Amino acid sequence: MFELVFFSLLNGIVTGLLLFMLASGLTLIFSMMGVLNFAHASFYMLGAYFAYTISLYLGFWVGLIVAPVIVGLLGALVERYGLRYVHRWGHVAELIFTFGLAFLIEEIVQFIWGKSTMAYHEPEILQFPLFTIYGQNFPAYKAFMLMISISIFIMLLLILTRSRIGLIIQAAIHKPNMTAMLGHNVPLVFMGVFGVGCALAGLAGVIAGPALGTFPGMAVVLGAIVFVIVVVGGLGSLTGAFVASLIIGLMQTFAISLDYSVNDLLSVLNISYDAEGAFRDLWSLSLPQVAPILPYLLLVLILIFRPTGLFGNRET
Amino acid sequence: MSETTKTASATVQASSLKRFGPWIGFLILLMIMPFIFTSNSAIFTMNLMGIFIIFSLSYNMLLGQGGMLSFGHAVYFGLGGFMSVHFMNYVEDGSFVFPIWLLPIFGGLIGLIFAIIIGSFSTRRSGTVFAMISLGVGELMAASSLIFVAFFGGEEGVSGDRTMGPESFGADFGPDKEVYYLIAAWVFVTVVLMYLFSRTPAGRLANAVRDNPERAEFIGYSQRKVRFVSFCASGLFAGIAGGLFAVNFEIVTEENLNALTSGVVLLMAYIGGIGFFIGPIVGAIVFTLLQSILSHYTDIWQMYVGVMFVLTVMFVPQGLTGIMMMHTAAYRMNRLGGLVVPYVRMGIPSLCMVAGIAGFLEMMHHVRGAAVGESTMSLLGIGFDTHSVMPWVIVAVLGIAGGYVMRSQAGQLKDAWDTANDPNTWQEEASS
Repeated sequence: MFELVFFSLLNGIVTGLLLFMLASGLTLIFSMMGVLNFAHASFYMLGAYFAYTISLYLGFWVGLIVAPVIVGLLGALVERYGLRYVHRWGHVAELIFTFGLAFLIEEIVQFIWGKSTMAYHEPEILQFPLFTIYGQNFPAYKAFMLMISISIFIMLLLILTRSRIGLIIQAAIHKPNMTAMLGHNVPLVFMGVFGVGCALAGLAGVIAGPALGTFPGMAVVLGAIVFVIVVVGGLGSLTGAFVASLIIGLMQTFAISLDYSVNDLLSVLNISYDAEGAFRDLWSLSLPQVAPILPYLLLVLILIFRPTGLFGNRET
Repeated sequence: MSETTKTASATVQASSLKRFGPWIGFLILLMIMPFIFTSNSAIFTMNLMGIFIIFSLSYNMLLGQGGMLSFGHAVYFGLGGFMSVHFMNYVEDGSFVFPIWLLPIFGGLIGLIFAIIIGSFSTRRSGTVFAMISLGVGELMAASSLIFVAFFGGEEGVSGDRTMGPESFGADFGPDKEVYYLIAAWVFVTVVLMYLFSRTPAGRLANAVRDNPERAEFIGYSQRKVRFVSFCASGLFAGIAGGLFAVNFEIVTEENLNALTSGVVLLMAYIGGIGFFIGPIVGAIVFTLLQSILSHYTDIWQMYVGVMFVLTVMFVPQGLTGIMMMHTAAYRMNRLGGLVVPYVRMGIPSLCMVAGIAGFLEMMHHVRGAAVGESTMSLLGIGFDTHSVMPWVIVAVLGIAGGYVMRSQAGQLKDAWDTANDPNTWQEEASS
């Protein structure tokens, strides 16, 4: 049992921190522009694909650095020439624009790289088990992912709270007009934050690509979950995004590893049921089976009972 | 005296013609369509078109008329489809007798029931919260549909047989053409109903709540209730569309209620134009045509649709119908003729540019996808070798020259547009 909990905990933290890399950018962008960027996970996918192509020629480590930069530049371009233009039609149009962009990026990725899964692997240097407990290996690559995510988290925290740029960003979030009056180029700050947010998503893609697979559906798989995190944590709250990422990451890994079902509960309570009835699927539901719907259930419940999210201070 | 009554009755006639004329025209058009396009594939496309018309109109009750952006509208469509296909199977079993052409009612009912359940909490707010709840519910339903196999049939879905019901109107709905008339009848009835709904106080209030919820509250209407009513009506019609889908295709799968279908309906409504009642109809027709025609010729049609969608959102948020409606002022002043030449001058280079870009993409796609040694492809019936230089030069010239000439023509089009829409010159003309 301890072994199970230990590994679920580790895997949950790895997933959670990876999700946080996406969610932090998304929530920063939202607090600045009031737009939930549907295409955010698409930038994550682009990161993985760019890194794959670069790794073919120059190796994994070059891709790790170059791919997020390219994705960040692309993101900045999207903000400058897409979102800023669409802004004049209002928030709904912005939301629909990012939605269309997500659709388009998926099509473009399929056009360029095809529909099959890419053979994007971790570098050989990291292909060894870091430690072995109870006969189960913990791969070094996961530790590497953990390290990158934690260092990004600390860097983000330091930049936002301790540096001058962080001060300007925070000022621009709360009082954009006043910040502009003080002589700061607020649109440039917006573009920069959008670009950095996308670059973070791209970096998440680079390190997640080998672990979770590089395929055209990877944006869809993660995109909706990241949305859930941002909303559950409270829109615009970085702390909330952090806590929610960990909650969702742990929830998913634990739900998959703990194999309990309604059936077990019923047999403990000595209740028998009709094995042929219309609700037969309900009685045999197991925890791993419902794992994919848990985040959405959480989202709907949070939105009904606490629309501000866990740590948010404003309603969406 | 008699003269005044005569003019009065004449105006009544004229106004009733104006009022009912478009509907009668619509009805006649629906009836004669299968005689104009007789091929099987055309009937198939028109059936799909009819289903999508109802679906996207029901979506626009939310987005266009109520200001609620939903990312999970396929839930009601899909549930309606599943319910109808189950009832179709009950009819086939003989466990109860029911005419097949009324089956979509069950779809509508389940759509309505779920809209009442989900709407009871999701319509509390509009804007981003509503969009997020709809997304969450949509994902929830799509994920559960793979778990509850008894109702959703798992990966392969639920299939039925529409011909087993009692015969009505001398038809057993075996051939697609008979199904066309079934769908056409439902399209007519539901389009009329949805139009009438938009004219009721509830429909008008939905517009008010969309534009200014605070003022709507001040005149004494709960914005939540107003949104709830629109939401339920929308769910009902989406369910009917789903039921028709079940009757037409005789199979409903998980794909019909997942995020992709929700995205498609948003795309249709938006491309058509959400600000107009007929916008979604136009959008559904254009999308279905694109889907059936483009997918015939190219594998990457979805990319073209995506590009078109993004361009629509960026540059013409009023949609295709909006572009048509922009011309009403010039039409009233009888000036459309003056726009023809500028449009042609703008249109030919634009077409060249689009052809160049599309040709380039197609060739790229072919080069990447073709087997080794296979280098001939054909575009528009012209066969050529993709490994030679000439075709690439041609598409490059088409694209670049087209784009360049198009830019140079933009000025004259704008001038022509301004003169055609200038009310001052119109009065001068009228007075002189």
